[in-house]
Amino acid sequence: MSVSKHVVSLLLENESGALSRVAGLFSMRGYNIESLTVAPTHDPTLSRATIVTSGDDRTIEQITKQLNKLVDVVRLVDLTEAAHVAHEMMMIKVRASGVQRDEIQRLSGIYKGKIVDVTESTFIIELTGNSDKLDAFIKSVGDEQILEVVRSGVTGIARGERGLKV
Amino acid sequence: MELSGGEILIQSLQDEGVEYVFGYPGGAVLHIYDAIFRQQQVKHILVRHEQGATHMADGYSRATGKPGVVLVTSGPGATNAITGIATAHLDSIPLVVITGQVTSKYIGTDAFQEVDAIGCTRPCVKHNFMVKSADEIASVMKKAFYVATTGRPGPVVVDIPKDFTAPHIKIPYEYPTEVSMRSYAPVSGGHVGQVRKAVELLAQAKQPMIYTGGGVLMSESHKELCKLAQELGYPVTSTLMGLGAYPASDKQFVGMLGMHGTYEANLGMHNCDVLLAVGVRFDDRVTGEIEHFCPNAKIIHVDIDPTSIAKNIGVDIPIVGDLKVVLTRMLELLAQDSRRANPEDIARWWTQIEEWKSVKSLAYEASDSVIKPQYVVEKVWEVTNGDAYVTSDVGQHQMWAAQYYKFDEPRRWINSGGLGTMGFGLPAALGVKLAHPESEVVCITGEASIQMCLQELSTAMQYGLPVKVVNLNNRYLGMVRQWQEFQYEGRYSNSYVDALPDFVKLAESYNHVGMKIEKPGDVEGALKEAFAMKEKLVFMDFITDDTENVYPMIEAGKGHHEMRMHPKVGELN
Repeated sequence: MSVSKHVVSLLLENESGALSRVAGLFSMRGYNIESLTVAPTHDPTLSRATIVTSGDDRTIEQITKQLNKLVDVVRLVDLTEAAHVAHEMMMIKVRASGVQRDEIQRLSGIYKGKIVDVTESTFIIELTGNSDKLDAFIKSVGDEQILEVVRSGVTGIARGERGLKV
Repeated sequence: MELSGGEILIQSLQDEGVEYVFGYPGGAVLHIYDAIFRQQQVKHILVRHEQGATHMADGYSRATGKPGVVLVTSGPGATNAITGIATAHLDSIPLVVITGQVTSKYIGTDAFQEVDAIGCTRPCVKHNFMVKSADEIASVMKKAFYVATTGRPGPVVVDIPKDFTAPHIKIPYEYPTEVSMRSYAPVSGGHVGQVRKAVELLAQAKQPMIYTGGGVLMSESHKELCKLAQELGYPVTSTLMGLGAYPASDKQFVGMLGMHGTYEANLGMHNCDVLLAVGVRFDDRVTGEIEHFCPNAKIIHVDIDPTSIAKNIGVDIPIVGDLKVVLTRMLELLAQDSRRANPEDIARWWTQIEEWKSVKSLAYEASDSVIKPQYVVEKVWEVTNGDAYVTSDVGQHQMWAAQYYKFDEPRRWINSGGLGTMGFGLPAALGVKLAHPESEVVCITGEASIQMCLQELSTAMQYGLPVKVVNLNNRYLGMVRQWQEFQYEGRYSNSYVDALPDFVKLAESYNHVGMKIEKPGDVEGALKEAFAMKEKLVFMDFITDDTENVYPMIEAGKGHHEMRMHPKVGELN
């Protein structure tokens, strides 16, 4: 069976320990975890997490079933099964002096980035989008210019009427 | 009613109908122990080690179906309990384990006897709760019992900081009558269409097998299973955990399957065309090498836990549901529809199974000079009329007990199947004896296992629990020795137990009765004498053949059709 990437979205009880149960499950059972984002929702008793994982169909089925079995997990959906938006946010600090300043600004514009901090020698560019776009931007800037990269990890939501509600 | 946190905890146990709490006091639970002292209803059993407490509660639960309750202090109290918690977790036994915690303001400061009990137990519980205030105790206890006993049962830990149980803070008490947890909804039903498909498939079988496990006992659906099996007339095999759900003495029972299963059960599995798997989880000790597992079978799998389905083995008809509900639906459908498998096919299949049975895969070499462990188990079965509660530890003696004691009733065979915890047998037996004081309770053990929780002989003395200990003493860690013989050319690395105690004197030192039995001719007489002593714990030290192996055996990487048989198979009776 072939391995594919899945974006799993969950609603969790917003309680201490809930996140460690989710993270612990992945390490305990040897599942891959590429990224994990979590924050409270508009209902403060619930947190929403997005997990990017990979595996063959049987592994993914086990992952979703095992997550559902956790007492703190309220609802879960594998976003990859249907149309969805999966974006992440990146802040990238780059060397920007002399002629490079124009070049970086131009590149940031192409990728619809936002320059959120400017010093004599550096820029911080904020960029949102799917992971491929962020990867491409990093490549375009080049290792020599990059000082620091911080990425949020993917957060996702289903398109249209489909969704994740209590 | 206004009560302190400690009183609320004990009152909630009373409201749950708890008879016994197995525990050990310490600093963090002193307020709770004071509340225990000032009431009569919940009886506390003082153990000698917290591992013993969890196994006792576990044995009590397995023998009754009720949840077992444990109370231990913070730090080492909690960590000592973990082996027992993990044992219950792997076998899906409902326990509520209350661990004391240091005073809330000291949490995280490496205070005396502080350990992160929630973190330590997380991987081996069904769920755990950290109590965050005294007025939460009643609702958390209600949830703990609910989660432990519903769906696929399991252990639940409740960690309570000492200050929340303090006697001077009184709060109104009312035990909740209902639980509402939006994130926990155990399934009941079972998809009607799937059940129908399963019944149709069963009616088309030519070489069917029914493979049953501990889930049948947990769901109390042994009667439904028996009716279904008898209605269909198909052979039944069981996992180690499921023994007793279907009567071993019935002609449709072909014995245990798996690593030390019978020839007929394993070959039945290998050659079947339709497999009905109920309350099982396709454990590696059952399946052997997965590549070779049931190569020609269409598989129906019924289990309450969706994660059990398609975890190790892909199945054709998965049914998630309470076995009792699903098996009842199957029986209803069979009553409405007279279509059945072709009787000639089934008769041919039984002829084949009888042929495999005639190999006598459990026959062993009798001896009149050295005691054969299998013989002792057979005699225990005879002397107790097959009606005892039998606990065991882990290793060769466990397999012999499973193979040679024919369990006809559910909840009589009590052992650590999943985790394989040595030290389980004696404390579990004490828990069973408390639950069934009028019944015979036997712990079949070995000289290595028994020493892992030997201290509980003292608990047995304190509470007058006359269980019978059958110690199959071969001076070796027998199962380790057997694997070393088969796979390491007889290099017996650290499997010989030198310097054993005199078990007779040891038993006597606790005011129990000790017996040493060295000749095969003395086995039966000793057992009769021991079981006649109704009021005494009798420790029977049987000096057995140190070269005996458990057969048949499926070695690592092999399938059900590749059993290693007794070297003299065919010549033995």
